[in-house]
Amino acid sequence: MKKTLATLALSAVMAAGPALAELVVPSLSYRTGPYAANGIPFADGYQDYFRLLNERDGGIGGELVRITECETGYNTEKGVECYESTKSDSTLIYEPLSTGITYQLIPKVTADGIPLHTLGYGRTSAKNGEVFRWVFNYPANYWDGASVAIKHILDQEGGDISGKKIALVYHNSAYGKEPIRTLEELAKKHGYQLSLLPVDHPGQEQKSQWLQIRRERPDYVIMWGWGVMNQVAIQEAVNIRYPMDHFIGIWWSGSENDVKPAGAAADGYKALTFHNLGDDYPLYDDLRKYVVDAGKAAGAGDQLGTALYNRGMYAAMLAAEAIKTAQEMAGTSQITREQLRAGMENLEITNAKMEALGLPGFGPEFKVSCQNHGGDGYAAVAQWDAKAGEWKLITDYMQSDQEVIQPLVEEDSMAYAKEAGITPGCN
Amino acid sequence: MPDQILYAMEVMINGLMAGVLYALVALGFVLIFKASGIFNYAQGVLALFAALTLVGLQQGQIPFSHLINAVFGTDVHHFGWELPAIVAIVLTIGVMVLLAIVIERFILKYLVNQEPIILFMATIGLAYFMEGFGDIMWGSDIKTLDVGLPQGASAWVEDNTAWLGGEGFYGFFIDKLDMVAAVVAAVLVISLTLFSQYSKQGRALRAVADDHQAALSVGISLRFIWVLVWSIAGFVALVAGIMWGAKSGVQFSLSLIALKALPVLMLGGFTSIPGAIVGGLIIGVGEKLFEFTIGPMVGGATENWFAYVLALLFLVFRPQGLFGEKIIERV
Repeated sequence: MKKTLATLALSAVMAAGPALAELVVPSLSYRTGPYAANGIPFADGYQDYFRLLNERDGGIGGELVRITECETGYNTEKGVECYESTKSDSTLIYEPLSTGITYQLIPKVTADGIPLHTLGYGRTSAKNGEVFRWVFNYPANYWDGASVAIKHILDQEGGDISGKKIALVYHNSAYGKEPIRTLEELAKKHGYQLSLLPVDHPGQEQKSQWLQIRRERPDYVIMWGWGVMNQVAIQEAVNIRYPMDHFIGIWWSGSENDVKPAGAAADGYKALTFHNLGDDYPLYDDLRKYVVDAGKAAGAGDQLGTALYNRGMYAAMLAAEAIKTAQEMAGTSQITREQLRAGMENLEITNAKMEALGLPGFGPEFKVSCQNHGGDGYAAVAQWDAKAGEWKLITDYMQSDQEVIQPLVEEDSMAYAKEAGITPGCN
Repeated sequence: MPDQILYAMEVMINGLMAGVLYALVALGFVLIFKASGIFNYAQGVLALFAALTLVGLQQGQIPFSHLINAVFGTDVHHFGWELPAIVAIVLTIGVMVLLAIVIERFILKYLVNQEPIILFMATIGLAYFMEGFGDIMWGSDIKTLDVGLPQGASAWVEDNTAWLGGEGFYGFFIDKLDMVAAVVAAVLVISLTLFSQYSKQGRALRAVADDHQAALSVGISLRFIWVLVWSIAGFVALVAGIMWGAKSGVQFSLSLIALKALPVLMLGGFTSIPGAIVGGLIIGVGEKLFEFTIGPMVGGATENWFAYVLALLFLVFRPQGLFGEKIIERV
């Protein structure tokens, strides 16, 4: 009996304890609460990609990826708890999918020496890798998004938007306020009038903001929303008969979830994106074959090809490519976090690489460096086709106005460096 | 008439309409508080659960399909039929009555004569349970609610008021959905007031509200009354869920609409059905006018906090709320 118990205990310890030769990647997800509808597809995409690598390729460089999932509920305190509970010596990288959680984790990952990737969210000035050594926000950040939205408007207006009225409807939070400074700087450069319309969390009631839009009739409306705020804003825009093709959302306001509740009336609404949409890529055949059909999907397997699933999958692909780069640089498959950080700083995404991965032309090419943790700031505009029930890319990938953005990144990151006592530099 | 005055009038009308929607949520709280002295923390989640059930039934979704698929390796999601809206609504009301029976049987029955804080804590537990249960039962995706309610600006109102202003004035904007909500709320309040004042069950409900033990001593079934009042609150939650769900789709943030009801309750009183309506209207108009006039000077987004400030101002002069019962405790 004693022997049986001892064997059982040993088996339990072996099952529960981390295997040595594994790449540990926590997934801070939110599958419950008000933002679950967005958290689920992203988490599914993120985890399914790693599961595909495990099933099809035997992991990355021969090392299996072990995903440890923790539910944050999109709550900053819970996100920090998740970070602390999943953190271990073998933890390689975090992707929290929350700007609030990101802000809390920046000093922690810096102290712990764990890479933090914030794909198109988080602190924009983390682009400056000389200050934010452990934080990466490639391939594009919020300020890139604001600039690309204005570039698109410039294209629509024949290159002259002086005197035009542009309204920003934004989530009244650190996230929503991110583009304001950039839009103000761009307003000085291009001569448009910017009006700011904050919406309080969660954004279920926006009548005042849309009545103001109806009164002031801005030529364009840009939206920085998340969750229910997006659906209500699109519905209110429909209600006041605002032209949907003059309504542009950031990439976090551009999922199927955001437009479907408004039905056919949402047709023509635009949103930015830094990756392609849909599932017409060879990689998705593999995802179905090795993951979904094999019953190994992270979720119900019904989100493939949606905007947020693609984004989660893209985030995992970028993490996997950084791991591969790190393995090549270090000459070992069992990399450390410091080696992964070096891999991320030397990450280069090319068309040839994306094609080889089964994702031809899935996103813009970009290169990361010690100085530039944010990529090259390319984004495109997608438009919702309500009849077909899908997003369609209507522009090529455009680079943001680096002339305006780079000084802002420099200014903000240097202020942080001073505050946090960081000496900038690549060491 | 100067456009600015017209715009203020438009904001006021829309504030009234928004107030009606707040009142719809507040009504559910009032009903349960009146009958049992419980501040039902789960009221917002009840609205969410009712709306989820309505859409699920209407679209022929198989309940617990994710769980079934995960356990049995199947791939089932829908029955393959869709129900007419009215049938789905009737069935949802049935589900809410069933839920009221279950709540009474498994929670309230054991809490007779307990301190209000214990009853309140029980509803917190219920809220978390119902949110998770709704998630497992119907899934977390955002669902489109279509029960045939009209939406968008009323062209008739716009056309017939455009002449009031100058060239730049489009006419008053009034959302058709808000107009429907106003009518529904009026019918609900009148029905509930009549029920409470003139029906046998309504009088029993008021007796229970006054004193549980005295009501029991004259033969009123406390358990039946609780089932009844939770069923009515479930029905009111369904109405609120439909109105709010039509605006944003049915999703889990729907449970947060309870936040909008709190200042209404503080202002209108926890025990008055007309108070919920009047409180809702005052909050709706107050917050919208404040946002219109003062909002631009302070950076906007004033509505959430101003609603509470307004309610607190009223509380300074009437701690029991506008229509709440004055509590006199004799030593």
